[in-house]
Amino acid sequence: MIAPASPPPTSARDTILARIREALRVPAPVPHLKSHSAEQAVVPAAASGLPALTVLPAEVAKPWLPDGGDTPAERVRIFTENIEKLRAVPCRVPDLPAAAEAIGALVRERGWQRVAGHAHPLLEPVLANLPCSVQRVDGSAEFDKNALEACDAGITACEAAVAQTGSLLVSSRTCGGRGLSILPHVHIAVLTVDQVVATVGDALHLTRERAAGRMPSMLSFITGPSRTGDIERILVLGAHGPKELFVFLVG
Amino acid sequence: MLAKKQFLADAAVRTRDTGHRAFVRKALGGYYTNRDLQKARYRDWEHARDAASLAKWSAVNRLDELLPRFVANFEANGGQVHWARDAEEARTIILGLLRAAKAKAIIKSKCMTSEEIHLNAAMENDGYGVVESDLGEFIQQLRGEPPYHFVFPCMHVRRDEISDLFGKHLGSAPTDSPEELTMIARRHMRRLYVDADVGITGANFLVAETGQISITENEGNARLTAALPRVHISISGIEKVIENLDDLSVLLPMLATAGAGQPMTCYNTLYSGPRQPGECDGPEEMHLVLLDNQRTAILADPEQRDSLHCIRCGACLNVCPIFKNVGGFTYGTTYQGPIGSVITPHLRGLADWNHLSGASSLCGACTDACPVRIDIHHHLLHNRRNAARTAPSRLERLGHRLFVVAATRPWLFATGGAMFRRSLGVLKALRPPLLKDWLASRDLPAAPAHSFRAQWSARSRGRHSN
Ligand code: SF4
Repeated sequence: MIAPASPPPTSARDTILARIREALRVPAPVPHLKSHSAEQAVVPAAASGLPALTVLPAEVAKPWLPDGGDTPAERVRIFTENIEKLRAVPCRVPDLPAAAEAIGALVRERGWQRVAGHAHPLLEPVLANLPCSVQRVDGSAEFDKNALEACDAGITACEAAVAQTGSLLVSSRTCGGRGLSILPHVHIAVLTVDQVVATVGDALHLTRERAAGRMPSMLSFITGPSRTGDIERILVLGAHGPKELFVFLVG
Repeated sequence: MLAKKQFLADAAVRTRDTGHRAFVRKALGGYYTNRDLQKARYRDWEHARDAASLAKWSAVNRLDELLPRFVANFEANGGQVHWARDAEEARTIILGLLRAAKAKAIIKSKCMTSEEIHLNAAMENDGYGVVESDLGEFIQQLRGEPPYHFVFPCMHVRRDEISDLFGKHLGSAPTDSPEELTMIARRHMRRLYVDADVGITGANFLVAETGQISITENEGNARLTAALPRVHISISGIEKVIENLDDLSVLLPMLATAGAGQPMTCYNTLYSGPRQPGECDGPEEMHLVLLDNQRTAILADPEQRDSLHCIRCGACLNVCPIFKNVGGFTYGTTYQGPIGSVITPHLRGLADWNHLSGASSLCGACTDACPVRIDIHHHLLHNRRNAARTAPSRLERLGHRLFVVAATRPWLFATGGAMFRRSLGVLKALRPPLLKDWLASRDLPAAPAHSFRAQWSARSRGRHSN
């Protein structure tokens, strides 16, 4: 018996996937590279008949990208230098009570009325000591965008910090959702020194392990206060997100 | 043909505008310094480019495998995928989503794919108000102009023009401080984020292994756009897929360094779908529109397939002598500069857009600047070759035939050369139509008295008699 001919693909999905398969029937040459890494990195993959990578670019690239430090002390030093250059403000404190003290002093000095924060072991002592009213954005109270917008500052924890680039990594799961680190005019991050990892890749891997199969709906690398160069390519801080970023490093 | 005529006319005007040229050069001055500073932080920039290039190459050449894998993972996280074969289909899908969401206020962050499909005009036609939230895009929206440069949309606009623009549309007091102007836009925009019910963003990378969408930005407007509205719609070309987070960890810093001279762009955000149980905010729905729109045609050309590696950093524009002279609008395309000249003929037809491939000195600055090592300037040559194959110019062919006749007969070559040397002065004075364009911006040098061959043999005679 002759099998009935399958109907021609009609959905956009099928059409596009068919076009892709058709297009890839002729292999493209391996790119011209400066290094010899192509031979090391590329071996023919039996299944597709196309060359595939066996060595991950991140592993290959690690020694080529900017340095993130080999020891914890180096990582903290590089991280601190980098965020200073990005015009964030690093504040090193010995322990959590000292962090709470310093943040309380900042709130008093600026005369802030209302500060937002979320439930987190690192933040509880800080939020408990604030000399102003506190807006919770962690599901413990009804979330109100307008109330958050009216806050003077937002305090969050971090998933990790990256020495290589001077970035903080925040997530919607453990850092007070999506809005807290971006909507208030000032962002205050609290983290311990052992949260500072060397590279962007390390931070992503760490988060992935922690997420146990389900990534938070948002993960964001924050590299300095919000900025723009759209007017004559002149740097201005505080385009839409926080104008100031304070990073409290505990330990 | 029309596009070419327009290009030549606009280029002639823009290149003579020395004020524009000086302004663009000055604006880019800081970019070169910062880029070099940041590149120096890499322990080996050239090798890092290899890694970035390999990451994109291996993804684009396995798109058949990685795109479905991405989609499956994204859907598993609760996101909804919509496939669009072309611009029209994409617009229809998005308008349908807006209707279903009963959208009243739409906020949008920078998205070149939406420029490509002319989304704003379609939304406005259907009665939807939309505000561009990226400062540069907002300024361009108020000016009624498309982006001038696909990374720096309003780099050609002076601050006094922006001050006037804001005064007219937002009622702000005049100022010549970029900081004050930025704050005017900031204040104007904040309510709009909170009140919008739909947020539209682009996408820089689609991570197959985790089903996440990566969005790169400096201002925080994309983050707000994807945080506060009830529905998040993202639009992406199908070629944005990469395999995994390792690839991403190489590409994110390189995109920032090559494109804007930064260690990392200020916000690099990964979205895996709508708000999850236990999260306190975020959209209830997340939609991703995957756009082909001729990308599969580029994919089908193995020679130029690597132009799909482009991560839209804009570095090739920033270093291009043609871009800096003719300016962004002259191209008449969504994607300007060298990479735009490579891909536009594929996206919109070789016959109409091949002239862009001629607008290059072939200096290769673009290829050197490209973080993913796209062979940009050779692709410009490939386009020229392909155009000559599909629509050969009779005149050029005749010229080459005549040249072959002369070049294979030394006596004819010598006689022809002698005649040409004598008539050079007359040609200059007569300006025949064939030479007119060429002579418009160049001078013909005076002809030497003797041919090269005559000079050569005179010299060698001299040397032998020593
Ligand atoms: S072609 Fe290369 S340099 Fe140009 S925008 Fe794309 S990635 Fe950047």
